[in-house]
Amino acid sequence: MLKKRIIPVVLLRNGVVVQSRKFKRYQMLGSPTATVERLSSWNSDELIYLDISPSSLYDLGRDDLNHADYDTIEDIIKLIAKRCFVPLTFGGKIRTMGDVAMRLKNGADKVTFNSALIDSPELITQCSNKYGKQFVVVSIDAKKIETSKYVVFKGGKTATNICPFELAKQAEASGAGEILINSIDNDGAGEGFDLYLIDRMAKSVKIPVIALGGAGEWKHFEDALNTGVSAVAAANIFQHSENSVYNLKKHLYEKGFNVRKTLDLEKEKKLL
Amino acid sequence: MIGIIDYGSGNFASVYNAVSTISNNIKTITKPEDFKEVSHIILPGVGSFLGAMKKIQELNLVKELERNVLGLKKPYLGICVGMQILANEGLEFGENEGLGWIEAKVEELKNERLPHVGWNEIEIEKQISILEGIEDKATFYFVNSFAIKEVNDDSMVVCTDYEERFVSVIQKENVFGVQFHPEKSQDYGIQLLKNFINL
Repeated sequence: MLKKRIIPVVLLRNGVVVQSRKFKRYQMLGSPTATVERLSSWNSDELIYLDISPSSLYDLGRDDLNHADYDTIEDIIKLIAKRCFVPLTFGGKIRTMGDVAMRLKNGADKVTFNSALIDSPELITQCSNKYGKQFVVVSIDAKKIETSKYVVFKGGKTATNICPFELAKQAEASGAGEILINSIDNDGAGEGFDLYLIDRMAKSVKIPVIALGGAGEWKHFEDALNTGVSAVAAANIFQHSENSVYNLKKHLYEKGFNVRKTLDLEKEKKLL
Repeated sequence: MIGIIDYGSGNFASVYNAVSTISNNIKTITKPEDFKEVSHIILPGVGSFLGAMKKIQELNLVKELERNVLGLKKPYLGICVGMQILANEGLEFGENEGLGWIEAKVEELKNERLPHVGWNEIEIEKQISILEGIEDKATFYFVNSFAIKEVNDDSMVVCTDYEERFVSVIQKENVFGVQFHPEKSQDYGIQLLKNFINL
């Protein structure tokens, strides 16, 4: 049987891993190298890297940290792809086919489109035709405006009057292979996923849906897995403790959830 | 030397990175002459059957590929679409001819939720060399909407269930095909690639 996926999301801002709260405040967590080594050997089913830098500078600016600085997102992708043997998705600042090709060449298995979905929807189709729909993930940031009513925030920041479910259907028709749905209200709050939002999204499209935004404890993953989504993603919760993905997966597996059996940590260390 | 065919497939870099952890002796194959030095051939693939077949034909690789694999019997590993094109017929975007090394047809999966994305179990029907150290029900990463549902010769080795069963590993002598992505399947994936390279 196909397993439901647990996906750590890593937010990169100017070359550093950060934590986000409601898309507004950011806290620095460290270099991408350290994160990638932790997460890839922690039974992650996939990894999503979202570049949320306001500028295109990736200099870490910390020569005292005793590791190399990464000047471009290209260097960061290359570095991550060499160490990760799970599917890698890169998102953020993808506006042209050139942006897509660069990520692919350096080892991305998928890319996500967010603003481009509204600004240049033809890019979704071009990309899907050229590289296959499995390569195209559409990321939608939704904000609740009243009970069961949501609008899309472009790039997580600019309000629109677009319905996220309709947008997802359009994306599906344009050739998207997966939808990543994020709740702006729940982002970084740690109080659980917006279960109505993610379930309704899963019912709106036939392609797999990945839920993001709100995980603060393991129970929240259980709730999300009980909806129609194919995968559950989270950022902050995985950054705070050692072996967090392993522990979560073990917990879910032992409770009978349809997730991939965890691989013994000792065994994994030997293999990778 | 391990030859990996680069015809512009989306997962070439991932396959290259994964094989690099096992061997330093890799050759990227982009033209017919490149087959000469290699002992093993890997054909990565994502995307469509038709797209992959077209590109391999455009690069004039088919004749040398057949000579090296069917004639010289070099071990061949086809990944995802690289497995699918071994069939004689693909039904993605109309009826298209494959390499025809395996008596089979590539058809769309029936499940409502497509593509079939994520980790799924393998059901081993026959234990073969490239599965050494990999147990029944081990999980591998899949991304596909199409698959070989049955084969008309005895090359079926492993099946996977997604509402219906499809063939996820085939073998015919030195020709191997896997529907999943070993390059993205962590330890079991690396193990499978290692087994293949050690043939």
